Amino acid sequence: MSNPALLLLQDVLEKPELIDWEWIRENFWEDIVPAFQGHIFLSFVSVAIALVIALPVGVISARYRKVYPPVTFVTGILYSIPSLALFAILISIPGVAIGPSPVIIALVAYSLLILIRNTVAGLDSVPPETIDAARGMGLTNRQILFRVELPLALPIIVAGIRIATVTIIGIATIGAYISGGGLGALIFDGINRQFPTMIIAGAVLATALAITADLLLLGLERYLRPWARVRRM
Amino acid sequence: MLSNILEVFARPDFPEKLREHVVLSLVALLVAVAIAMPVALMIRNTRLGAAIAINIGNVGRAVPSLAILALALPLLGIGFASALVALTALAIPPILINASTGLREVNKDVIDAARGMGLSGGQILARIQLPIAAPVIFAGIRTSAVQTVASATLATFIGGGGLGDLIVEGYSERGPEILLAGAIAVAILAIITEVGFGALERAFTPKGLKIAQKRGR
Repeated sequence: MSNPALLLLQDVLEKPELIDWEWIRENFWEDIVPAFQGHIFLSFVSVAIALVIALPVGVISARYRKVYPPVTFVTGILYSIPSLALFAILISIPGVAIGPSPVIIALVAYSLLILIRNTVAGLDSVPPETIDAARGMGLTNRQILFRVELPLALPIIVAGIRIATVTIIGIATIGAYISGGGLGALIFDGINRQFPTMIIAGAVLATALAITADLLLLGLERYLRPWARVRRM
Repeated sequence: MLSNILEVFARPDFPEKLREHVVLSLVALLVAVAIAMPVALMIRNTRLGAAIAINIGNVGRAVPSLAILALALPLLGIGFASALVALTALAIPPILINASTGLREVNKDVIDAARGMGLSGGQILARIQLPIAAPVIFAGIRTSAVQTVASATLATFIGGGGLGDLIVEGYSERGPEILLAGAIAVAILAIITEVGFGALERAFTPKGLKIAQKRGR
């Protein structure tokens, strides 16, 4: 048992004061479930809004190459600002109150770089011969985009959604500091009350949510790549 | 407002917070490199090792940084040291994933050619695999560095200090200029880290690879 991780795990399981099952039972429906639902809501809404922005911007960036560098520059800077700092900057803007809205704005900002980059990469991955063939069949530009390019780019776009979602679920926990709700509220309450059970409940559920989302979207990504499945057989 | 923010930067405790933030991030990053690189080197030739590295990396990516830092509180106690341990744990996955895949993706033909020229295993590692994998390895270190600077902001919640202290002070005492000063300082530090490590990544890309990248475009 020299492995420090295992020693820590042993510590957690052996110290009864670390996990107070009684508290979990009593507050399950009142505290834990709403926090979990709030977290799913925050993450889902943010990724959805980000997609609505990123898809058109990605398509335009793939078409008009000059637009792409400034787009990645701006979204790249947004992406590298630490989340607690971005939350702080957002709530300093007059008229922006603490709560879920600034958290969602920040989470959308973080998703943009990943989603736009993958949309462009997905569209770039479509072979030019395929587009030529579609044009030869008499499809208009719009039809080519919606019936050929986007469906073929979809697996790479979904890969971007997957990375963005996992990232967002993690960052959303910090949003609880500015009253955004979600599982982070359990963690911060646990820190303030010096009550490890709440910290562990929030941390474990947030991790489980991120891993579940990761696996579900990975499944979707594989499902959308039927040609890869065939080739593997 | 601007002059109020500048006043915060002139406060006597500002350099101390900045120093704490940089030390937390830098030490965590160095220890993470010291742990992840030997592991990546050890497992570079085994398929199982690569699978383990990628899975550890993926799970590590899924664990929220706040969760790791908050968990350090009941397990390791309050303060700088437990924040440092948590940040190190957070810094390892990106370095491990990139170093492992970077070393693995070195073209087998190149290694065969090197072996044919009579290079030993150690020479192949030092002269072929590491230089070719360097850009990918440094990309991992850059990702990790930027993340660590961001997560070090959260050290304040477990008494670890750093620039996050200013954000918390400004938020809880409703001092918008302190809040903004802390946020701006952290943001600038993160962007400097991103740009600086990006330059490091380019500096460590072998000349031959740069030519090949240009031709590829």
